[in-house]
Amino acid sequence: MANKTVTFRIKRQDEPQSKAYWEEFEIPWKPGMNVISSLMDIAMNPVTREGKATTPVVYDSNCLEEICGSCAMIINGRARMACSTLIDALQQPVTLEPFSKFPVVRDLCVDRSVLFENLKAVKAWIPVDGTYDLGSGPRLSPAEQEVSYPLSRCISCCCCMEACPQFSTDTGFVGAATISQVRLFNTHPTGKTLKRERLTALMGDGGIQECGYAQNCVEVCPKDIPLTDSISNVSKEVMKQAIVDLFRS
Amino acid sequence: MAANPKIIVVGGGLAGLSAVIKIAEMGGQVDLFSMVSVKRSHSVCAQGGINAAKNLKGEGDSTAQHLDDTVYGGDFLADQPPVKAMCDQAPGIIDLLDRMGVPFNRTAEGLLDFRRFGGTLYNRTAFAGATTGQQLLYALDEQVRRYEAEGKVRKYEYWEFLSAVLDSQGACRGICAMDLRSMEVVTFPADAVIMATGGVGAIFGKSTNSVVCTGSAQSALYQQGACYANGEMIQVHPTAIPGEDKLRLMSESARGEGGRVWVPKQPGDKRAARSIPENERWYFLEEWYPKYGNLVPRDVATRAIFKVVYEHHLGVDGQPMVYLDLTHIDRKVLDRKLEGILEIYEKFVGDDPRDIPMKIFPGMHYTMGGLWVDYKQGTNIPGLYACGECDHSIHGANRLGANSLMSCIYGGFVAGPESVNYARNLTAAAADGAFAAERKRQEEFNQRLLRSDGAENPFKIWRELGELMTKNCTVIRYNKPLQETDAKLCELLERWNHVNLSDKSMWTNSTFAFARQLYNMLQLSRVIAQGALQRDESRGSHYKPDFPERDDVNWMKTTKAYFAAGAPRFEFEPVNTSLVTPRPRKY
Repeated sequence: MANKTVTFRIKRQDEPQSKAYWEEFEIPWKPGMNVISSLMDIAMNPVTREGKATTPVVYDSNCLEEICGSCAMIINGRARMACSTLIDALQQPVTLEPFSKFPVVRDLCVDRSVLFENLKAVKAWIPVDGTYDLGSGPRLSPAEQEVSYPLSRCISCCCCMEACPQFSTDTGFVGAATISQVRLFNTHPTGKTLKRERLTALMGDGGIQECGYAQNCVEVCPKDIPLTDSISNVSKEVMKQAIVDLFRS
Repeated sequence: MAANPKIIVVGGGLAGLSAVIKIAEMGGQVDLFSMVSVKRSHSVCAQGGINAAKNLKGEGDSTAQHLDDTVYGGDFLADQPPVKAMCDQAPGIIDLLDRMGVPFNRTAEGLLDFRRFGGTLYNRTAFAGATTGQQLLYALDEQVRRYEAEGKVRKYEYWEFLSAVLDSQGACRGICAMDLRSMEVVTFPADAVIMATGGVGAIFGKSTNSVVCTGSAQSALYQQGACYANGEMIQVHPTAIPGEDKLRLMSESARGEGGRVWVPKQPGDKRAARSIPENERWYFLEEWYPKYGNLVPRDVATRAIFKVVYEHHLGVDGQPMVYLDLTHIDRKVLDRKLEGILEIYEKFVGDDPRDIPMKIFPGMHYTMGGLWVDYKQGTNIPGLYACGECDHSIHGANRLGANSLMSCIYGGFVAGPESVNYARNLTAAAADGAFAAERKRQEEFNQRLLRSDGAENPFKIWRELGELMTKNCTVIRYNKPLQETDAKLCELLERWNHVNLSDKSMWTNSTFAFARQLYNMLQLSRVIAQGALQRDESRGSHYKPDFPERDDVNWMKTTKAYFAAGAPRFEFEPVNTSLVTPRPRKY
């Protein structure tokens, strides 16, 4: 089709404290185009639909193959990865907004460092003795690997946190991604040694109890990680740990 | 002399994080700089696996065989001692990664599983599904987060390296970097600096590389006097998914697990792939290379695909594409071993590769050349180290699949301790104003760029650069176009002086950062084009039809480029082939 175009409504914000505003763009359609390739085309000629010169849209991106987790944003109302969102599958105008529950840096770029702080708080690592040669790791059955591998595919995009009704600065809820990582590390034979500390970190305000079982997390996860399974698994473990702690004290 | 030296590591991919872990373990303090959250580094894109001669399949594999495959695969351009060191350490590194919790695929007995990869006849590649790079990076990222929580590592994420700070003796004393949020230019002192900034894919416009892989940091150092080696050695991966914004990798593991490359024998055959009978398909790799079949090294497979498409005119639908077929393999096996890459194809193309053969074509993938390093990962600048894809070592003229992840970790494991040892023997820095001077130089560069008011759009210059380099400096090279390429690069550099930024603000200005990188890309492109022009032979990924043979007498030499009077100046250094005697490369 000749002169086929795609229209975008993009929510923009120049600085963290400044007011947001909307701009519309219209660019030529290309086969196989996705949201990132569209933003690249806009940068090549940053002029709004009304013909006003503007700045290229700022957004996070890196791998462009949905594995680095950078380019998460709200596209037509839904939290998703911009690189793997194909334009042909979207209604127009395509609406792009930054995540609403993270501080905006500029335009579609937000600060998601809270997730990495949460991972620190739950000690999301295997406590190895050192990097010197200590022989092979623990044996694991293929069945065990098939449980841990999907959990380990979390790309830290934070879609699950954005979509969660409980995740906000008020609740301080850690969110599904961190809880699922706790499950991952607590099932590893060496990772287990920090199990109690991880579960303790998920108790109390902002902990796993904040989860309202809305199940939005699992719905938006671009990697199909069984987040609700992880939440119920870790919930039980936290409960067990709380009871054990009660009798210990 | 510092007992607990301060080391700066630039880049948070596998190589950088490996170095960080070693330094922290030795008691050093690390400042880690990255343009993205380190967990989002390009290493996550590596798919198929990581090589180590663990010999867990009863095949008689050995580290000596790994060494032989690697230097033969690299067409005898790699200095051999560091290759041997890497191959020897590889099995221990796999054990360490296993202990760090990498969810490698397992055998029934619970041991690590290994698969075939290109350029070897052994099952030598450990893997975690088809997202091995992601899994390895996460394991190292977690260990670094642990050190960060202990206060041994400080991360500077969303910061871009601009240049090294060199003292009056020419030694590296720190770096100059820019905060990609506030755009502020700041200098940071350190006892030593390690570069781990990856490949240069962006120079070719569309490649399998991530957005940050511009080579800008390496180029900045080259312009400061660092030697850049084997720049002309660029790997074009045979199987990528063509796309609007990038070429997405389709892992060699697809062929490692039995995937077959073919085209219809009849030009322009309109039938659906699966309805074309077996005897009307041409499995050209299997026919031309009966021993290695679909698992010939990447340079060989890429040239074969070019030949079929451009000489035999047998591209699928008359387009530059061939089939990569997995449909004969059991779905369960595919899901267990290759799910990550099948998912990428499904999401970006829309077809299920379990049912329909994939359409693929070669794409720029890996930078074999890089900052010249000695056998201890030291550059020619004292106090400056390099490791991973940004250094020139290990892979020679062609990298074997699944050797990159190992070389990144190995390089980091050498560079980390070496930098600490260097720092411990370092005399106190002379306060000679180098920091203030370097900061001033970079700020002036920025001001010039912001004030520039010509008519050039940096993204358009970049698109021209990519098309030029892909056309003339990838799979097939001729001298005349290479000469024209350099002339055109000079023209693009001149046009860069007339860039008009569409964004002149000083907050998270990605256009401004990109325009800066573009200048460095253009400078480094000249090293690639001129290096290719000089090398009148064919070796590994470097193929000149006018000089079709490898010429060991004249060209078994490392290309070393220095920035002199605004242009590359070349030296050539004989390759150390003391361990494996060069022989003709015939697969």
